[in-house]
Amino acid sequence: MTETFNPRDWSGQPAYIAPDYKSTPLRGPTKPLIPLPQSLSELTGPVYGHDSVSGDDADLTRNGRRNGEPLGERIVVAGRVLDEDARPVPNTLLEIWQANAAGRYIHYTDKHDAPIDPNFFGGGRCVTDSEGRYRFMSVKPGAYPWPNHHNAWRPNHIHFSLFGPSFVTRLVTQMYFPGDPLLDLDPIFLATPAETRDLLVAQFTLDLTEPNYALGYAFDIVLRGRSATPTEA
Amino acid sequence: MPKLRQTPSQTVGPYFAYGLSPEQYGYQQNLTSIAGSQMAEGDIEGQRIRIEGNVYDGAGNPISDALIEIWQADSLGRYAHPADPRGSNNTFKGFGRCGTGTDPRRRFWFDTIKPGKVEADQAPHLNVIVSMRGMLLHAFTRVWFSDEAAANATDKVLNTVPEARRHTLIATHQGGGVYRFDIHMQGDSETVFFDA
Repeated sequence: MTETFNPRDWSGQPAYIAPDYKSTPLRGPTKPLIPLPQSLSELTGPVYGHDSVSGDDADLTRNGRRNGEPLGERIVVAGRVLDEDARPVPNTLLEIWQANAAGRYIHYTDKHDAPIDPNFFGGGRCVTDSEGRYRFMSVKPGAYPWPNHHNAWRPNHIHFSLFGPSFVTRLVTQMYFPGDPLLDLDPIFLATPAETRDLLVAQFTLDLTEPNYALGYAFDIVLRGRSATPTEA
Repeated sequence: MPKLRQTPSQTVGPYFAYGLSPEQYGYQQNLTSIAGSQMAEGDIEGQRIRIEGNVYDGAGNPISDALIEIWQADSLGRYAHPADPRGSNNTFKGFGRCGTGTDPRRRFWFDTIKPGKVEADQAPHLNVIVSMRGMLLHAFTRVWFSDEAAANATDKVLNTVPEARRHTLIATHQGGGVYRFDIHMQGDSETVFFDA
């Protein structure tokens, strides 16, 4: 027997082509995927541990400062990275990026008429501890308009990128905020099957809230697990 | 049955650059890059090669906000990862990342080394993840090399691909160690993507 990674949970994933999200019809693959038996190329993957993080990488309220603090509502975003069997995924890199409190990205192609915050960059990273825990400090990202359809606005969100233990456990996703009225109007969020959509929404909790300082949001992330499979004859 | 469901994927969006490849896009004053296009620096053993190409959408237009990531073995076919029992004894990390937004012709490129054979029944190859705005989840593909025809003919994965589509997975040697690998998201030459 050998251990391989569970397949993608296709029933819980958005489809490649989701017509309401208008850039998918020309960009998503249209031919059936070809099954790839896992070999060493899939059972290994990039290794980025604690030496890939330094200083204020995990504190977005500090890593973009020039002459003061960024504007906006301070938040703590923390949780655990787990596999499907609820086992922690330790020492794995999380990379995040987000808009500032006004809904503006610092990226050169973002032309939204909202202010850039000179003291906010919006990118950061951290590595999970031995129990799979991670923690970021930031400010709550603003909503912003996008050209998908008339009067389209993206809900507040933070982009997450994770590696996990192998090349096939890689995950790029977005974390949303509870109670956001834009969620029910967002073709990207709604492209996710209803039964797994809520896994993208963080929970507000006083347990992570820092008194007199920042609101706390809990967001756990579940990566593909492992299962024992018969070794090829 | 697994206890928890996998967190769904969402698109990388158009603004991944400063989070995932800040140095390539000029944001290094705030954040360094963990990986980029230069994968083989210093005295790493192996034949130096360049892989470059465009990513085309279904209308045949080059995509300017795609992110290509590659994962590969070293020149002796070893992965720098604990699951590879042979262990890599050099500093070659094996991971590269390049967005298509900085080259005027919208190409991605990697300066790396040609990987060795990982297993006897596999030809040298690169493992690729394709992400972009307009993809709600990333796609897996692989790159094999046009000047490895004999090894490619016996590769156990390449042989599972319908023969008429195999060419979409072969990087073409242009001479001087430069290989061209274009990715077509759709169309007659749609690149083969895997369910890995």
